[in-house]
Amino acid sequence: MLPYPNRTRSFLLSGLLLLLLLPPVSSFFGDAYLVSMFSRLLIYALAAASLDLIIGYGGMVSLGHAAFFGIGAYVVGILAWHSYASVPLLTWPLTLEGSESVLIVFPAAVLVSALFAAIIGFFSLRTRGMHFIMITLAFAQMLFFFFVSLEGYGGEDGLSLYARNQLSGVDLGDDTQFYYFCLGFLLLFLYLSQRLVNSRFGQVIQGIRENERRMLALGFPTFRYKLACFVIAGAGAGLAGALIANQSEYVSPGLMHWTRSGEILVMVLLGGLGTLFGPVLGAVVLLLMEEILASFTQYPMVLMGPFLILVVLFARGGLYELLIGRRKPGE
Amino acid sequence: MSCSSVGESRVSEDLLQVACLNKRFGALRASKDITFSVRQGEIHALIGPNGAGKTTLINQLSGELVPDSGTILFDNRDITRLSEHRRARLGLARSFQISSIFDRLTVQQNLALAIQAHQGHSFRFWARADRDPQLAGPTHAALQEIGLEARAGELALSLSHGEKRQLEVGMALAGRPKLLLLDEPMAGMGPGGTAQLSELTRSLKGTLSILLVEHDMDVIFALADRITVLIYGEVIATGTPSEIRANPDVQRAYLGGGE
Ligand SMILES: Nc1ncnc2c1ncn2[C@@H]1O[C@H](COP(=O)(O)OP(=O)(O)O)[C@@H](O)[C@H]1O
Ligand SMILES: [Mg+2]
Repeated sequence: MLPYPNRTRSFLLSGLLLLLLLPPVSSFFGDAYLVSMFSRLLIYALAAASLDLIIGYGGMVSLGHAAFFGIGAYVVGILAWHSYASVPLLTWPLTLEGSESVLIVFPAAVLVSALFAAIIGFFSLRTRGMHFIMITLAFAQMLFFFFVSLEGYGGEDGLSLYARNQLSGVDLGDDTQFYYFCLGFLLLFLYLSQRLVNSRFGQVIQGIRENERRMLALGFPTFRYKLACFVIAGAGAGLAGALIANQSEYVSPGLMHWTRSGEILVMVLLGGLGTLFGPVLGAVVLLLMEEILASFTQYPMVLMGPFLILVVLFARGGLYELLIGRRKPGE
Repeated sequence: MSCSSVGESRVSEDLLQVACLNKRFGALRASKDITFSVRQGEIHALIGPNGAGKTTLINQLSGELVPDSGTILFDNRDITRLSEHRRARLGLARSFQISSIFDRLTVQQNLALAIQAHQGHSFRFWARADRDPQLAGPTHAALQEIGLEARAGELALSLSHGEKRQLEVGMALAGRPKLLLLDEPMAGMGPGGTAQLSELTRSLKGTLSILLVEHDMDVIFALADRITVLIYGEVIATGTPSEIRANPDVQRAYLGGGE
């Protein structure tokens, strides 16, 4: 068998090749739906990879990650709504107009979700373990009900977009171009995350996951590192949210429901904690299975449930480890 | 008997001054008016039977526990209310009685983190830590110091008990502290490991101060410049090894009995 780094490299290269070739291949077979569906998979893969930063590397099990996903999506929805209605979002202390431009909307989505992550993280990171799970869940549900009650922006029904955001030189309304747009963001996020987990900051985060008490004794003010990690992950989820709003041209509170957080968590566990690429695989496999099973059963969970349990019980490293094997120390 | 806290914080040669430290756990008084000091460059042993409150004292010195009353001066600075990570950055390092390492990181990464802690903040997101020459040099030196070079790439969880104890001490030492608090570093080690750690401790003598909690009397009498005896949370004697050996209170309460 190939040594671990080579196995990883060949897995990543073949995965990348498959994803790059998907649009031409599916258009050859005349199946346009596949491209649109895979855009959705890539977006969830991005959300799952961002969650892996806090769970897999930071050891902070959050059950409220979809909150930031939803916030990112609502930034797109709300800015678009104001742009259609030509009503400024804010008139005081400064005037903020709506927008449909990628260059304004996407940075805004990332910043606003990072801000929410900073606030939620500031309070919830004072707790650990089960308490942390519950408090992140509670914050996310609070946001869910807040948007349900926000009648001005569609309440429970959400908001529809007339079109995707605009970027000069690119037609995001075209499903193939939009697919590559999503793939670009996913690859960028994975690359940045890969740098991050191997940097000094990444080592600190993993040290905290392993033994926070020792980190404090060594002289690390752990809270601020955990918060920074939580904010980065929240920003990543916000970016995914901005993409999903564009993909489906629709935003609703359902995007931040706790079941969505659970689903993203399952993608991470299924793919493999603390592997970054595993959660991408997890997202693709989970959503593909849902898609396929839904075509011949009304209750896909009846078949998916046992599959998930088997993977979690017998392949603790997730599908990623199943596929490329375990890393031996020193490899 | 009342204990008057240092108050008029006198400037002293002593690196660590503890005065009238008290800590309760419910009805249990785990530290009772503890007063003692550690001099610059000395190896100061802290002995006492199980449950005497040695670890509780170490935890208050390191900042993991907040004392109910009393003061702790380190380098003539009041650190009684200072957070744990700030104390570490001032040069106060500790090891744990039960190995407290990073199981799923390699031995090398364990030590690199200990060194990283003392090189300013770690909000560095880009450069690879494992190829950072500022970390590699000191990490290698730390590996050599504890004799674990051959295990550098192994996960810490795969080490033997003795090797874990070595890593435990190595991490405390890696940041080149002024004061090293060692909580039973040799607990559960074989004779070979004990000898090696004693040798390491001896070689450090003079370069830093050590507060050593240890049960092995041979090790203590061979290494320590001074000894403080703790019983039921109270200091009953402080002195040189020969003074402690000759002290009737210590003999009655501690040395005479089970040893
Ligand atoms: N966190 C705690 N809560 C309650 N009691 C404690 C706690 N930590 C230690 N104790 C008690 O305080 C006493 C001193 O414990 P410790 O400092 O661990 O002793 P030593 O290290 O000398 O063996 C023991 O009776 C122990 O049970
Ligand atoms: Mg103890």
